[in-house]
Amino acid sequence: MGLTLYEKVWNEHAVAQGPGGRTLLYIDRQLIHDGSFHAFAALRDAGRRVRRPEAAFATPDHYVPTRDRDPIVHPELRDKVETLAANAAANRIAIYPVGDDRQGIVHVVGPEQGITQPGITLVCGDSHTSTHGAFGALAFGIGASEVAHVLATQSLWQAPSKTFRVFVEGALAPGVHAKDVILALIARIGAFGGTGHAFEYAGSAIRALSMEARMTICNMSIEAGARAGMVAPDETTFAYLHGRPQSPKDDEWDRALVQWRALPSDADARFDREVALDASALEPMATWGTSPEHGVGISGAVPDPAAQPDAARRGSMEKALGYMDLAPGDRLEGLPIQRAFIGSCTNSRLEDLRAAAAVVRGRKAKVPALVVPGSGLVKRAAEAEGLDRVFLEAGFEWRDAGCSMCVGMNGDLAAAGERVASTSNRNFEGRQGKGARTHLMSPAMAAAAAVTGHITDVRKLLVR
Amino acid sequence: MQPFTTLTAIAVPLDLVNVDTDRIIPARFLRQPRSAGYGNFLFRDLREADASFVLDRPAYRGAEILVGAQNFGCGSSREGAVWALAGSGLRAWIAPSFGDIFLENSFKNGVPAIVLPEARVAELRAALVGRPGATMSIDLGAQTVTGPDGKVDRFELDPFRKECLLAGLDEIDLTLRHEAAIAAYEERRRRDRPWLG
Repeated sequence: MGLTLYEKVWNEHAVAQGPGGRTLLYIDRQLIHDGSFHAFAALRDAGRRVRRPEAAFATPDHYVPTRDRDPIVHPELRDKVETLAANAAANRIAIYPVGDDRQGIVHVVGPEQGITQPGITLVCGDSHTSTHGAFGALAFGIGASEVAHVLATQSLWQAPSKTFRVFVEGALAPGVHAKDVILALIARIGAFGGTGHAFEYAGSAIRALSMEARMTICNMSIEAGARAGMVAPDETTFAYLHGRPQSPKDDEWDRALVQWRALPSDADARFDREVALDASALEPMATWGTSPEHGVGISGAVPDPAAQPDAARRGSMEKALGYMDLAPGDRLEGLPIQRAFIGSCTNSRLEDLRAAAAVVRGRKAKVPALVVPGSGLVKRAAEAEGLDRVFLEAGFEWRDAGCSMCVGMNGDLAAAGERVASTSNRNFEGRQGKGARTHLMSPAMAAAAAVTGHITDVRKLLVR
Repeated sequence: MQPFTTLTAIAVPLDLVNVDTDRIIPARFLRQPRSAGYGNFLFRDLREADASFVLDRPAYRGAEILVGAQNFGCGSSREGAVWALAGSGLRAWIAPSFGDIFLENSFKNGVPAIVLPEARVAELRAALVGRPGATMSIDLGAQTVTGPDGKVDRFELDPFRKECLLAGLDEIDLTLRHEAAIAAYEERRRRDRPWLG
């Protein structure tokens, strides 16, 4: 019987077998950010050293402010960014610091620098490490103890995940993007539909997507419960990686290509589960509640908890409606917003900024709106094609790279009661600030909400 | 790490699905070093908004077991979520499913995250709501949970995790015993994929 992409990468990295079917998995690369200080502290307390500094790459993203950062004014945030620099220096780990154009969100920087490659294992102390699966890497988020374990041993004890193939067939309609695909999948299978599984996204719609769009989809695998989400590498992948600073060069590039082309799942590979989505039937999505599974098409309405038979689930829906100040049957379209955020490891790449700018061009923001490129290089590339002018002329703020309003720990926050049209990945209670109400959507949809002041079907703005 | 063998203690029910780690510990507290006492941050925003939050009801004071619902601990990889729960005296959690990363973080901190069938966990929560302050027992060696109704359920547990919990083992020490295999792998990798360094 054939093997899946996941199984091929797994088998290639098995170092030793432990009790209970556990495998000691070799980790090729790890990304380090300014929230990683807990792991360095644990390592220091135990008197251990970093085994392979050259396998780690560091950049500040979680705590780094997106303005007033040369020098960083906020003392606690400055401390976190300086601690990262000190930990990187003390352990001889490469760092892209503030002021370096290569600085940015780890999940934007890794691929951009060619650190992320097909067939490798990659981890980071951040759940959205699933992003890197877009390249056919086995990439997943880990906690501080596991980060310390990887730094000390370059390996992790893992039990294999079950495999789950997500077929997305057909063509996306204009105004419908990768974000809508993943929100639709999560709405369909639920926030724990993928627990214990690794996704592989396949089908004609996935093949037709850019690397940026594939990253958006893999990024939110964790929001469906799956620790990893992968796409088989293909010509789109190779074209993206060719010539990146950390990509193999010359003869090694040719050798790598031979290995990478052997990675896709075999035709007779078996998956534990499969689900199919019809891409052509999707419409722009938005979430109404406080779990990423609370997504509906823009023509839909807020569901009624009374129809939910499970008590715990019903209670959570009722609590979400209270927090979001919504009632069953309310329509999302037309719902006034007070703020818009375009950024995060889900949607801060050049293609995302282009999609938002296409909606914004010639219009004015009706609410405070923030655009935060995923890296300094994304920012420069966007400026080179004039996207910054489009946003600034429309009254948006144009910031420096970081996690910003996705994570609520770097000063970029929404106020209690504010409704935010956000391209980030989590609508959890308090995620964007205590009492803030997050509606997840695509960059085009967030831009449409910003320029109209309410949640809007972006397809209506595409016709000019 | 402190070994975990058996525990008989008050159990507290949390009747919500998809309890995410942002809710367990809001992001703004993660700046603190672990020594700051993460127990004080547990469910901070939820408790401030709702004085009758279940963990604050007198009958559940001193609870060491938490019984949750589907997908408990979903979301962010922050290990601070485990530190906050453990820091307020909880020593084990039971649910029909957990966030994958949270589950791993729990065991890494010597806390068993026990999975039981959804219907049984719902029954346990209902029993604990009906008799606040009732106790439950966990026997890790026997892999059993005894409910407030006296009914005993067996749970699955990865032998590797069980061994680590029972002995309070430091996993890094365990892994370093495989140093030769790791080094041999790296040697092979240098030959097959030299571009990875």
